[in-house]
Amino acid sequence: MIYRSLFPRDIFAEFDRLQRDLQQAFDASPSIRGFGRGGYPALNVGGTAHSVEIYAFAPGLDPAKIDVNIDRGVLTIEGERAASLPAGEDKAAVHINERFAGRFRRVVSLPDDADPSAVSAEYRDGVLHLAIGRRGSAAPRRIEVK
Amino acid sequence: MTNNLSKPEESRRDAVLPPVDVIEDATGITLYADLPGVGKEQLNLRVEADTLTIEGEVALAAPEGLQASRAEVSVPRYRRVFALSKELDPEKIAAELAHGVLKLRIPKAEHAQPRKVQIRVS
Repeated sequence: MIYRSLFPRDIFAEFDRLQRDLQQAFDASPSIRGFGRGGYPALNVGGTAHSVEIYAFAPGLDPAKIDVNIDRGVLTIEGERAASLPAGEDKAAVHINERFAGRFRRVVSLPDDADPSAVSAEYRDGVLHLAIGRRGSAAPRRIEVK
Repeated sequence: MTNNLSKPEESRRDAVLPPVDVIEDATGITLYADLPGVGKEQLNLRVEADTLTIEGEVALAAPEGLQASRAEVSVPRYRRVFALSKELDPEKIAAELAHGVLKLRIPKAEHAQPRKVQIRVS
């Protein structure tokens, strides 16, 4: 960190980083499980009346090696990303090294009506898209009074 | 999450700086950039007067009526600009895009390749 602030590679990248740090510190309702290390993979979560939609921005993975589990309403996305940096001995210089490498694990708590038996997962262009169905009873429905 | 992908050419719009790795070896530079959500059609690579620009739009298949509850990626666009140095050959850049990772190989120009100097002993 000290090295970084003494020798900024790119002042805009530093602002970007600062902004991200501040956002995490002052976010009014940060997730109790925090952010993944290095923000990998970043998550966007949303929903429709029929499903919960989760987008994990996880570039550079082998789709067969991404572990997605749902256990008691908690969704876990796990895996490992290989480093692209050269192994020690060859004559290469690493000038910039910002990309995440190593094991990652991110956890999302699902709403009560999420149905773990109706999940679809698709990995496209480095984004893992999970769609989790909601149990039928949860769709807003007018109740007739007799 | 938003999918208003109208004009990709405007460079004044907000964009995220994608993380990159840059590795130099004897014959050139290899650059990796994380651009999740960017397909081949949404990627825009340009070299103008020793400036390399990487730009990409995020295209997600969002279902009808999606309401975001948490978005860590809130700007659907990446942009990063690099100054190339003289010994690099911008004509011979090779690009590959796989699973949201862009790999660029920028070779050094012929005259900048390392050469063993023969020393003759007379």
